Amino acid sequence: MENLENFREETRAWLEANCPPEMRRPAQTEDDTCWGGRHAVFQSDAQRLWLERMGAKGWTVPEWPREYGGGGLSRDEAKILRQEMRALNCRSPLDSFGIWMLGPALLKYGSEEQKHEHLPKIARGEIRWCQGYSEPGSGSDLASLQTRAEDKGDNFLVNGSKIWTSYADKADWIFCLVRTDPNAPKHEGISFVLFDMESPGVSTKPITLISGASPFCQTFFDDVLVPKANLVGKLNKGWDIAKYLLTHERDMIGGMGGTTESRSLGQVASDSVGTDNGMLADTVLRGQIAAFEIDAHAFRLAMDRVGDMAKVGKAHPAISSLLKYYGTELNKRRMELVMSAGGTDALEWEGERSREGRTARAWLRSKANSIEGGTSEVQLNIIAKRILGLPGA
Amino acid sequence: MALVLNDEQTMLRDNARGFLAKNAPIAHLRALRDNRDADGFSRALWKDFVEMGWAGILVPQDYGGLGLGHVEAGVVMEELGHTLTPSPFLSTALLAATAIARAGSEKEKRKYLPKIVAGELIATLAVDETAKHHPDNIATSAARAGNNFRLNGAKSFVIDGHVADLLIVVARTADKPGDTTGLTLFLVDAHTPGVRAERTPIVDSHNAARLTFEDVNVSSDNVLGKVDDAWNVLEGALNVGRAAVAAEMVGASEEAFSRTVAYLKERKQFGKAIGEFQALQHRAAHLYCELEVTRAAVLKALQTLDDSYDSAGPIVSVAKARAGLSATLAVQEAVQMHGGIGMTDEFDIGLFMKRVRVGQELFGDSNFHADRLARLNRY
Repeated sequence: MENLENFREETRAWLEANCPPEMRRPAQTEDDTCWGGRHAVFQSDAQRLWLERMGAKGWTVPEWPREYGGGGLSRDEAKILRQEMRALNCRSPLDSFGIWMLGPALLKYGSEEQKHEHLPKIARGEIRWCQGYSEPGSGSDLASLQTRAEDKGDNFLVNGSKIWTSYADKADWIFCLVRTDPNAPKHEGISFVLFDMESPGVSTKPITLISGASPFCQTFFDDVLVPKANLVGKLNKGWDIAKYLLTHERDMIGGMGGTTESRSLGQVASDSVGTDNGMLADTVLRGQIAAFEIDAHAFRLAMDRVGDMAKVGKAHPAISSLLKYYGTELNKRRMELVMSAGGTDALEWEGERSREGRTARAWLRSKANSIEGGTSEVQLNIIAKRILGLPGA
Repeated sequence: MALVLNDEQTMLRDNARGFLAKNAPIAHLRALRDNRDADGFSRALWKDFVEMGWAGILVPQDYGGLGLGHVEAGVVMEELGHTLTPSPFLSTALLAATAIARAGSEKEKRKYLPKIVAGELIATLAVDETAKHHPDNIATSAARAGNNFRLNGAKSFVIDGHVADLLIVVARTADKPGDTTGLTLFLVDAHTPGVRAERTPIVDSHNAARLTFEDVNVSSDNVLGKVDDAWNVLEGALNVGRAAVAAEMVGASEEAFSRTVAYLKERKQFGKAIGEFQALQHRAAHLYCELEVTRAAVLKALQTLDDSYDSAGPIVSVAKARAGLSATLAVQEAVQMHGGIGMTDEFDIGLFMKRVRVGQELFGDSNFHADRLARLNRY
């Protein structure tokens, strides 16, 4: 315990000394998020400096081993780092699918060469990754994917198309599910491969969403050659890695329901709706907000509890489906309340006053939460089958 | 603190579960109900509770109790929720013991706590006067009369009020109904002239009573804590009751849920187990999530009562609000998914619905606690 307190003091002092003042304000726009990569455009020197300093310390990935560019921190130390960063309002130095998804998969399934090659570049934000999972014909039924990788000696020859590839047009590399045995049962002919997005035959086309943003692309592979050394895990065993990664994705998306805003929804609504004797003037909205805040608070505790259960080896392996389902539904509920509280102000789509329609766009974006990474209905299927053991699920 | 039970707490749970399954299954509640038992609980069973130390679970060891925490008290409550067992555990071991241990003078603690621990005293807290929980809406008056106070008024839904030997009565010594100031707690012997208790038969066959006080003389020696200053003590004891009832509802809803999931696997219609129908699978899976989320909040509330008792109010409200709603969903889905048989008295599942409805109302329903949180957060 004493060591942890020392660690806290050292961490605080280091953050005080190294986090530039500009990086101690909450992110306001998309540009405030640093994704790194070969073609990274830094919004400011401060943003670049912050990434370099945190990357050098391995604190972009605090819990990864040091030999792969991580911080080598224990779970408790990493928690302290998060707490101290929150206390100083430090921005995340780097957001990345490499950190959230590929990294954990490589740590578990990658070869030593693959770990040394890819993990440090993820930690320092040098390579930006995207994920090639869904296809136009394979959504909830992901395992029906058709993108083919044929054996051509030293290489695979990849043909097909992926959809909902987040930031594919800005990514340097892709981790991708491909079919390597078209004759095997659908779960057993899939492999997990990595390749450079600058390879000949790769092209991307952004998709504009109802929020007006284009965070997703359709990605096309036309006779793309992928070296066999880039196969992660065993041939035709990619589905295991896919499932493992989906678990991580669920944790990540589910966690959004537990985000702590600096001001409570009730206070935000008080400003726009007005108060009557200190109580929100719209009493029905007041009740809905209070009910939401109760559920959001309880959900944060449920996330803590799942973490604590995992620590003692008692967490159910399918519990991430609970977090994903509940967290995303909560976040959608929150955004509906934000819109209701904001009234017509929240409907503005452009202009400085609305910060380019930030509220409305965030509301629309939230609707994807319960679709991406496995729909709410898929999560309920998983819970029914794997946790409750209901028949035929 | 980790949001999981430690080894000792797990052992307590397993022991409680084993004991109650053997000695106080649901048939025990049915027998009390069907025999129209005058007490509404079994004194023999209470004696067993006393022997296991449960009557003194929160009482400090200096006064003969186990000196355990609220998490442990919640563990027992949760198990009582599984078997729907009526007992003075909530009224005596939790509410009254808390009020006396927290607010009593050394003399009062020496007088009452060992008796509670020994099962020689059933005691309860008399607060509400209206159909909804409103702990500041107290009209029962205590007027000074020399060295005494004279109590006049009425209390409703006092848990175990018809069998209690000692009543801890909240009365107004100053200010007006709705004020949190001007309230005082009195230790009133239930046999004092002018005290009348009338048992209230309630839907779940557990125990509550209406109390009336007509010119009841109480010595100023029997003031618990300070005159005009009962609010914090009262809120503390109520928070213990709220978290405890939330834990009981977790137990009751888990039991109803596991029985329902078992039924979904066994009941066949249209040639297959009804649990194969996605319409039911998704509802069951959703309910599972609600119960898990509630469980985390309730455990956190109990831990907070142990770690920082005076600031537990908000998390206790989160827990009680959540437990009320998720338990209500659990018992409604339980009856619906059991179909016709769920409507029969012979089948147990309806008993869970009855108990949960009472649990919702005790010490503030979900709306009360949502309102309380909104006020605390100034909106």
